Amino acid sequence: MSPRNDITSAPDRDEDAILEVRRLSRRFSRKPVLAEQLLGLVGKAPEIPVLTAVKSLDLTVRRGEVLGLVGESGCGKSTLGRMMTGINPPSEGEILYNGKRTDEMSRQERLAYTLAVQMVFQDPYASLNPRQTVGEILSEPLRVHNRCKNRAEISERVDAALNEVGLDPSYRDRYPHQFSGGQRQRIGIARALIVDPEFLVCDEPIAALDVSIQAQVINLFLELRAQRALTYLFISHDLSVVWHIADRVAIMYLGEIVELAPTTELFDSPAHPYTQTLLAEIPSVKRRRRAFQPVKGELPSPLNPPSGCTFHPRCPMATDRCRSERPISRTIAPGRTVACHLHEPS
Amino acid sequence: MMSDQSSSPLLAVENLRTVFHFADGAYPAIDSLSFELRAGEVLGLVGESGSGKSVAGFSLIGLVDAPGEIVSGEVRFKGRDLRKLSDEELRRVRGKSVSMIFQDPLTTLNPVLTIGEQMMEAISEHETVDPAAARQRCIDTLTKVGITSPQTRVDQFPHELSGGMRQRVAIATALLNQPELIIADEPTTALDVTIQGQILAEMQTLQKETGTALIWITHDLGVVSELADRIAVMYAGGIVEIGQVDDVLDSPRHPYTLGLLNSVPGDTPRGEALRQIEGAAPSLTARPLGCPFHPRCFRASDLCRTEEPPLAEAGDHSWRCHHPLDPEKTP
Ligand SMILES: Nc1ncnc2c1ncn2[C@@H]1O[C@H](COP(=O)(O)OP(=O)(O)OP(=O)(O)O)[C@@H](O)[C@H]1O
Ligand SMILES: Nc1ncnc2c1ncn2[C@@H]1O[C@H](COP(=O)(O)OP(=O)(O)OP(=O)(O)O)[C@@H](O)[C@H]1O
Ligand code: SF4
Ligand code: SF4
Ligand SMILES: [Mg+2]
Ligand SMILES: [Mg+2]
Repeated sequence: MSPRNDITSAPDRDEDAILEVRRLSRRFSRKPVLAEQLLGLVGKAPEIPVLTAVKSLDLTVRRGEVLGLVGESGCGKSTLGRMMTGINPPSEGEILYNGKRTDEMSRQERLAYTLAVQMVFQDPYASLNPRQTVGEILSEPLRVHNRCKNRAEISERVDAALNEVGLDPSYRDRYPHQFSGGQRQRIGIARALIVDPEFLVCDEPIAALDVSIQAQVINLFLELRAQRALTYLFISHDLSVVWHIADRVAIMYLGEIVELAPTTELFDSPAHPYTQTLLAEIPSVKRRRRAFQPVKGELPSPLNPPSGCTFHPRCPMATDRCRSERPISRTIAPGRTVACHLHEPS
Repeated sequence: MMSDQSSSPLLAVENLRTVFHFADGAYPAIDSLSFELRAGEVLGLVGESGSGKSVAGFSLIGLVDAPGEIVSGEVRFKGRDLRKLSDEELRRVRGKSVSMIFQDPLTTLNPVLTIGEQMMEAISEHETVDPAAARQRCIDTLTKVGITSPQTRVDQFPHELSGGMRQRVAIATALLNQPELIIADEPTTALDVTIQGQILAEMQTLQKETGTALIWITHDLGVVSELADRIAVMYAGGIVEIGQVDDVLDSPRHPYTLGLLNSVPGDTPRGEALRQIEGAAPSLTARPLGCPFHPRCFRASDLCRTEEPPLAEAGDHSWRCHHPLDPEKTP
């Protein structure tokens, strides 16, 4: 294993950034159904719920790091990842790749960016074309982008990619549904790697894998990082995995980053009450037949977000102020930020 | 626990075998699969990717399509062999007494129907209910699995939900008809620990109130340890070790079980390679002779390379290994 970058002492300069997002937002609203459109014509447009999946979010990913992104289901992690890779456009805000705004790129720059930033999708089945064989799925990006001289080279690269993720190259001619869930996930990883990206957004890349394969894939990620100098945004809800692989961790809640810290510091002294809850609940093989508890307090809805601090309905420390005033993100130590009223400078 | 040792089991699986037909022959994805489950019991089914956990789940409820085929074995549910039922009878059992939560929620959810439409369909297939009451039942069940603003969500389409929400819709659908047995295939892999806790709490309530039994297919040994009464470890299509959670996790007898336990992150220093079981799981078409684990096993002998290990047992704990680990030497 190569020595890890000492991220903690790295100066927080923008030259370190491979990808930055600034005041990035993404809203979703339903398309009005016909009746609603008609009502709109007569001037009584009904209210169509709007959901803010990502809320004016700032985040910098540094070259060569593994940034873990952790948060509750539905808090906007995939949406953020899809915007970073250029798959979905933001509603507002900027994305900078190597210091350059992606919406101001020339065609050529844009192409370089879409190749260099790849995504491993959360839902391996939905993201693989069921009518293509694995060989076709993997060779497509090579062909589309003219990355190989001839068919022999394509086929060589496909075999190498399959080997790299621990799949037998003889599987080349099979279709996605003929694989188990974990095998499909590895096909997704192979597809992302085959174009030699420099930044990978991994959306729950190992959630579908069993522990032994998880270990293999984590080891693969660590190796690739050392060999290819890859940078990762590693989206996961599994804190033990994030602890193992990430240099820094961003905790997301209802569309916002509520805490950001170097990994060891986050685990040693979680500052945000949500982070503290997450750490307390990690399942362990040492605990047996536990009586599980439903979520204490009310789960907030992104369709109807709570006032003030969005965590307040579940926060054991909430005060009146939390219910009305939204906490802003503050630096509490070098490289550590948290958005919580408890951490105000006194 | 609701389980009652003396009564007959809720589910008894015997020598179940499912093959996949390829151009060059039929290859078993599960073979000689046997186990029992009592009412109210939680069985954790773990094993490497490709070991046949999902195929086992599908085979229990007769949902195997070509090129797959269930070729032999029995699946006795409350004394009735499900394999002998007609398609119509089986359909009535499925989704009513036995429901399955599939690993890939997107493949189960119909993209052109709203969440509510498909959940209501699951209800109306088994009983006649007033649409308003059915809708309310859907909304209540969505709330139980931690979906907020259920009144709005119920009218959304699957692609409008996050990955974890889709997973929870699949769970809610399985709970709708209060089944006696739930087969859950990696049901909480996309959920954070707090939401997962919410769902597991709901499952435990259901178990206490209605005696629902669970087969929980997962790779998360932490969850199995905290949730299950018994654990079955699968390798290359068969159960290689099964027993009470404490026995299997504290004194595993099969080297593969030990390998799984060792791959759990936690003891390895941060950023260093995790301990992994060397080698890859055998592909369906190239299962080794003898003990299928022998090419990767640190204890393998000549015997292991030629003879399939027989079933050995001590009380409720059984395993298939020629050279089992010493139970005194806990990992
Ligand atoms: N429709 C199919 N056609 C051909 N082979 C299949 C099919 N479905 C499954 N298989 C094969 O059967 C074996 C068992 O698959 P299964 O899906 O049961 O694995 P699993 O234990 O659930 O793995 P995972 O943890 O990755 O979901 C695998 O080798 C898989 O490739
Ligand atoms: N295409 C869409 N249309 C409408 N709403 C959407 C769409 N995509 C996402 N959303 C909504 O945006 C919110 C965030 O979704 P996202 O998929 O980013 O969550 P996530 O953090 O990745 O969750 P998970 O861990 O469950 O995958 C959710 O409330 C979801 O319903
Ligand atoms: S701001 Fe208040 S409610 Fe929000 S996390 Fe901090 S203490 Fe809790
Ligand atoms: S039978 Fe032999 S090869 Fe198989 S697990 Fe036991 S010791 Fe290892
Ligand atoms: Mg997601
Ligand atoms: Mg499976």
